[in-house]
Amino acid sequence: MTAIAEAPANEVGRARLRKEDAKLITGQTNWTDNIKLPGMLQMAFLRSPLAHARITRVDVSGALTMPGVVAAFSGADFAAEQGSLPCAWPVTPDIIIPPHPPMAVDEVRYVGEAVAVVVARDRYLAADALAAIDVDYEPLPPVLDMRAALAEGSPKVHEAGNKSYEWVFAAGDAEAAFRDAAVVLERTYRQQRLIPSAMEPRAVVASWVGDEVTLWSSTQIPHVLRFALSAFFGIPEQNIRVIAPDVGGGFGSKLQVTAEEVLAVLIGRRLGKPVKWTESRSEGNMTVHHGRDQWQRIRIAADRDGRIRGLDVDLLADMGAYLMLVTPGVPLLGAFMYPGIYKMDAYSLKCTGVFTTKMPTDAYRGAGRPEATFAIERIVDELANELGVDPLELRERNWIRHEDFPYTTIAGLTYDSGNYEAATERAKEIFGYDALRAEQKERNDRGDPVRLGIGVSTFTEMCGLAPSRVLGSLSYGAGGWEHASIRMLPTGKVEVVTGSSAHGQGHETAWSQVVADQLGVPFDDIRVLHGDTQVSPKGMDTYGSRSLVVGGMALVGACDKVVAKAKVIAAAMLEASADDLEFSAGRFSVRGDPDAGKTIQEVALATFAAHALPDGVEPSLDSDATYDPENFSFPHGTHLCATEVDTETGMVKIRSYVAVDDIGVVVNPMIVEGQVHGGIAQGIAQALYEEGVYDDDGNLVTATLADYLVPSAADLPSYQTSTNESPAANRLGVKGVGEAGTIASTPAVVNAIADALKPFGVRDVTMPCTPERVWRAIQANGGQA
Amino acid sequence: MTHITVTVDGVSYADHVEPRLLLVHYLREVVGKTGTPVGCDTSNCGACTVLMDGVSVKSCSVLAVQADGSDVTTIEGLANGELHPVQRAFHEEHALQCGYCTPGMILAATDLLRDNPHPTEAEIRDGLEGNLCRCTGYENIVRAVRRAAEAGVME
Repeated sequence: MTAIAEAPANEVGRARLRKEDAKLITGQTNWTDNIKLPGMLQMAFLRSPLAHARITRVDVSGALTMPGVVAAFSGADFAAEQGSLPCAWPVTPDIIIPPHPPMAVDEVRYVGEAVAVVVARDRYLAADALAAIDVDYEPLPPVLDMRAALAEGSPKVHEAGNKSYEWVFAAGDAEAAFRDAAVVLERTYRQQRLIPSAMEPRAVVASWVGDEVTLWSSTQIPHVLRFALSAFFGIPEQNIRVIAPDVGGGFGSKLQVTAEEVLAVLIGRRLGKPVKWTESRSEGNMTVHHGRDQWQRIRIAADRDGRIRGLDVDLLADMGAYLMLVTPGVPLLGAFMYPGIYKMDAYSLKCTGVFTTKMPTDAYRGAGRPEATFAIERIVDELANELGVDPLELRERNWIRHEDFPYTTIAGLTYDSGNYEAATERAKEIFGYDALRAEQKERNDRGDPVRLGIGVSTFTEMCGLAPSRVLGSLSYGAGGWEHASIRMLPTGKVEVVTGSSAHGQGHETAWSQVVADQLGVPFDDIRVLHGDTQVSPKGMDTYGSRSLVVGGMALVGACDKVVAKAKVIAAAMLEASADDLEFSAGRFSVRGDPDAGKTIQEVALATFAAHALPDGVEPSLDSDATYDPENFSFPHGTHLCATEVDTETGMVKIRSYVAVDDIGVVVNPMIVEGQVHGGIAQGIAQALYEEGVYDDDGNLVTATLADYLVPSAADLPSYQTSTNESPAANRLGVKGVGEAGTIASTPAVVNAIADALKPFGVRDVTMPCTPERVWRAIQANGGQA
Repeated sequence: MTHITVTVDGVSYADHVEPRLLLVHYLREVVGKTGTPVGCDTSNCGACTVLMDGVSVKSCSVLAVQADGSDVTTIEGLANGELHPVQRAFHEEHALQCGYCTPGMILAATDLLRDNPHPTEAEIRDGLEGNLCRCTGYENIVRAVRRAAEAGVME
């Protein structure tokens, strides 16, 4: 007999240390770049040095004479088979989706676009040989500014024009709302271009054996990638295995079907040898999709007492040179979130997707929702300022009250749960809101050159992507379900297979906690498997704070089926009717006779032996479940930020940062806190430090980590976090936490800076709020309080 | 090719290497110490940090030939039968998520505590400035270093 450990009570809610850590803290990791296969060759790409040019000649013959070089190819060499990188989200019927060959053939449209490839014995030799390739370009004018791109007579990025699509939404009577309103404010905010900067650069290994290919990739989406390789590049799906081994962060940047992945597969097939490609950081800054990059013109209408009447948004969204996997859909994920937590009578939005000769944009942590939240939370603060009301007071006058849930917003989303009052009350208390306001007044009164600013962000977001029907109504190319399998092993241990694909989130730990409670088995008896399509054949992968909300519910469904199967077998073992059995803490017992019972482990062993199963019962306690959510989930929270702004130098220092998040039921408070910390840091980075900058010729001038300021420990503050729980309307009560911090913190910081500079007449500072920009904003207003 | 002898995690290696070979590529591709990852190409991120004769270096900024005669400790050699106290503190304080920066961060923290066994929060933050993490926001990394310091591990 197997020893059966005591089943724990309530794993969910415990700060379990992570199962993932043991290998990560000892270097026993399996990053894609670690993989070495017999005969493996290394690829290196020659990339366009020009933002826009016609390719008139590519001569790779020089590279072929270099030591160790096995092959070299131009785009033309793969023209017949490389197809076009997919865009899965044609948001309007007349959207322009230009062809996007993995390796350019006739024209390059951003600096860094692949033009040729060398395959050599090692990475040094491959890099050396790139210099021996000759390419002739005929320069074309770069197109860098979205507004100029839409102007009459602008040079074109694509023959079909610079406008990819125009998407509109309208609800309520906007004309009446704005006509009758006592106050109308209009602002334009800039969402700068960001470079996601996951710490692990991308890497790919492709290996063919006969007609079967195995692709290892540092990806968030092994399942989507497998489907895409089949659907768009003609490789039979059953012959493709995609493995995402240890993946060092993604933040949306590895939610992509990349040129390098496709070319590794095609080149590996042509050469009959395994091939590998690992990007350098500066290559990655140019060629990993970027995030944000929008102009947001937003108008808000309100009554004199501060009641919001209407909101109107006009977005320009920079697509970059091509539409990648979900490029055009990213602004739409924000489109439904501009009303935030507020009631209003009318809301309208127009989004124009614009082509420029820059790296394509796509999902980056929050994807559309940080942009929306920034705009609404900034303009609500400006409205409070205009009306002379405390920004929290104005929010309270407009927000959905906790007794109003479920509440259908003007954007048509039904928020299932929330408690903005409770989160705000708790945040104010931890922050010491009233005391800080008093200190601010005192320092303003005495003309302190270092001003205190208090920034508020009462955010919400839509996560748990997504109900498949809703995705269908938005023209997305796939569903939003998730899959899980449970295998009860003969010894009572459990294998959990999940379709989500973690890359730092801690799913192995959190999933073990969920399953431990559902099956009543010990946490340590559970093994979670993921990230390999041969092990986990079905899934929709990890992005959009969906894994626990959707994938976790798939786990629950699979556990239900295991328990139902086990119950029938337990009933036979106990010579009782299944209807008379109760299942609790891993044990089936007869109602009214608690001493008569069988543990699920005993049932597992009996099922394995299969000596005395009831007629018609198969000897298996395995199960599969696929869960399609009925609604999104809506985490929310109140974040408060205090900044010290040195008005003589423009230096901004965050003095304190408080986050109270309501993400529903917390499975592992330690992991949740970590997600919130990291999210806040990325949002602060947008507010203060990061910007992907192209010069007037279209060169990326922030191509290295020396130029693109990913903040260090010395640049960031300490955070105080707390949670408030209003359970979501799913069985686990969970909402998702991966993006919350990033969505909330950017407006909290910028609101704090604007608040500090209010006495100087400064209304806004464009992000990132560098010392120079803050100082110039003060000077532009005369420099005096 | 140049002949070098390097001790890595307690084992002596003798190899002929190209003068241009970076120490990190020597460790990863010649010696097989893939626990040390590469995160950038401008020596900003610190993911490849190792200890060379007890002092932290970014192994992307050292040539293999410069390590000739040195004693290198990577993340794979830090534990001595049981986890090093800094490794344990990173686990217990949830100071890692994806784990890619972790080897470098742990070794940089180890060196920091060797220099300054009882650092303040500001000294920890400044001391780890050369190591970037994109996941944790550093809060728990600071806590982990403080925890290791409180345990008096470097004394």
